[in-house]
Amino acid sequence: MVISLKEVVNDPQGLVVEEALHSLGYPEVEAARVGKFIRLEVAGEDVEGARARVDEMCRRLLCNRVIEDYRFELRPASGG
Amino acid sequence: MSVRFGIAVFPGTWSDRDCIHAVGLTGADAVPLWHADRDLKGCDVVILPGGFAYGDYLRAGAIARFAPLMEAVGEHARAGGPVLGICNGFQILCEAGLLPGALLRNSSLQFRCQPTWLRLEAAKGPFLSSCRPGQLLRVPVSHGEGRFYADRECLAQLNGEGRVAFRYSDRAGALTTAANPNGSLENIAGILNPEGNVLGMMPHPERACEELLGSDHGLALFNSAIHHLGGAPG
Repeated sequence: MVISLKEVVNDPQGLVVEEALHSLGYPEVEAARVGKFIRLEVAGEDVEGARARVDEMCRRLLCNRVIEDYRFELRPASGG
Repeated sequence: MSVRFGIAVFPGTWSDRDCIHAVGLTGADAVPLWHADRDLKGCDVVILPGGFAYGDYLRAGAIARFAPLMEAVGEHARAGGPVLGICNGFQILCEAGLLPGALLRNSSLQFRCQPTWLRLEAAKGPFLSSCRPGQLLRVPVSHGEGRFYADRECLAQLNGEGRVAFRYSDRAGALTTAANPNGSLENIAGILNPEGNVLGMMPHPERACEELLGSDHGLALFNSAIHHLGGAPG
């Protein structure tokens, strides 16, 4: 899942990344936001059930919705 | 009566001894409260001190808010008991939903450890009722994630209800950008819950309790709580 600061929240890390890319010769970069990536391995066969549980995990612990948004996708574990 | 302060200790808390020392200077009792206990040991006041509870992993305060002790702290707060969250303690109170808003990475991206001036905005609640609005306090900050954020609606509510406790100012009380060590919205350094019994602040009053250390202005908060509870301030 990807957790990122809400668009309205100032992201000084993102601003520094944007400036660094500009100074390296990438003026086309118009914005950069720094977030978090979390990979969970979840047991079970029930995809919709897992989706609901992971969503709950995001709301209760992984994401602070005062400042952050989250999105995630589920993939079968087989084949990594 | 002797007022009893409980000082929460999580794995990674670093300012618990300083808090115990500061409370001791007032003549009140202070005892440590272990994070894995649910027992407040009969304490009248709870302090969540600074540090890096549970390593600040995921987000500052995100794990600590689920500690067994926090259930008891929540009950104490909801019953009107005084709770003071300092620095990491403020972050924990926000994560626990006992205070609104959140504390973000300093806008400078640097850890800031420096003296600051605070302008007291709301002289209410156990920790501030003995103070006066406009009073200036010399209290240090020491944090990397202290940029207070709340959405526009929440900010309006905090301002409207007089729940902004402190703002960073210069030594004359002016709210300047230069005086703001972390980029907090509207220079906010501390806030109150609606009832005023829960105070969260990024600066460290426990580190400003002796003139030898540059300021004793922080004592006012502890003495105020003691006075509020009917004890005798030292």
